[in-house]
Amino acid sequence: MDVDLIFQLAGISIVITVIYTVLKQAGRDEYAFSTLLLGIVIVLAMVIPKISELFDNIKSVFRLH
Amino acid sequence: MDIFQIVILGLVVTILIVIIRQQRPEYALQLSIMTGVIILTMMLGKINSIMTVMKQLSTRANINLLYMETVLKIIGIAYIAEFGAQICRDAGEGAVAGKIEFAAKVIVMVLAIPIVIAVFDTLLKILP
Repeated sequence: MDVDLIFQLAGISIVITVIYTVLKQAGRDEYAFSTLLLGIVIVLAMVIPKISELFDNIKSVFRLH
Repeated sequence: MDIFQIVILGLVVTILIVIIRQQRPEYALQLSIMTGVIILTMMLGKINSIMTVMKQLSTRANINLLYMETVLKIIGIAYIAEFGAQICRDAGEGAVAGKIEFAAKVIVMVLAIPIVIAVFDTLLKILP
C-alpha cells in the first residue's frame, strides 16, 4: 500500500504534465500554471504525512525525543 | 527476499523520475523524496532489531547505558541529516545540503560533550 503511493504520485505528475501542455496549446497560460501549483499542493499533501510518519518512527527507534 | 523488491522498486522509480524530470523537475523531486521515505520506512523494523541487539550486548559488556543511548542518537541524527542533504543535492541545492550537514555536525558535537567531559575527568583522575 505504501508502494502504491509512489505510483499514484507518478500518475498524478504525468496527468498534470498532459493537462499543462493541453492548456498551454489552448492559449490559457494562467490556468496552466495554476494547475501546476495545484498539483504541487496535492502531491505535498500526500508526501508530508509520510515524511512525518518516517520521522516519528526514527525518533522512536533511535530514542531521539 | 526484501533486497530484490527494494532494488526493483528503486529501478522502476528511477526510470519514472528520469522521464518526469525532463518535463516537470519539481514533481520528480517529490517522487524521489517519497521513494526515499518509503524505502527507509521499510528498513526501520530491521534497524530496530539491530539496535535492541546492540543494547543487550552493551549491557552484557557493562558499558554505561547513557553512552550507548548517545551513540544511538548520533547514528539517528546522521541518518536523517544524510537523507535530507542528499535530497537537496539531487535537486541542485548543494549549499542547502551543506548547511544541513553542518547543522548535523554541530548537534552531534553538542550530544557528544558529556562523553568528552567524562573521558576528560577519567584522564585527570589517572594523572597524578
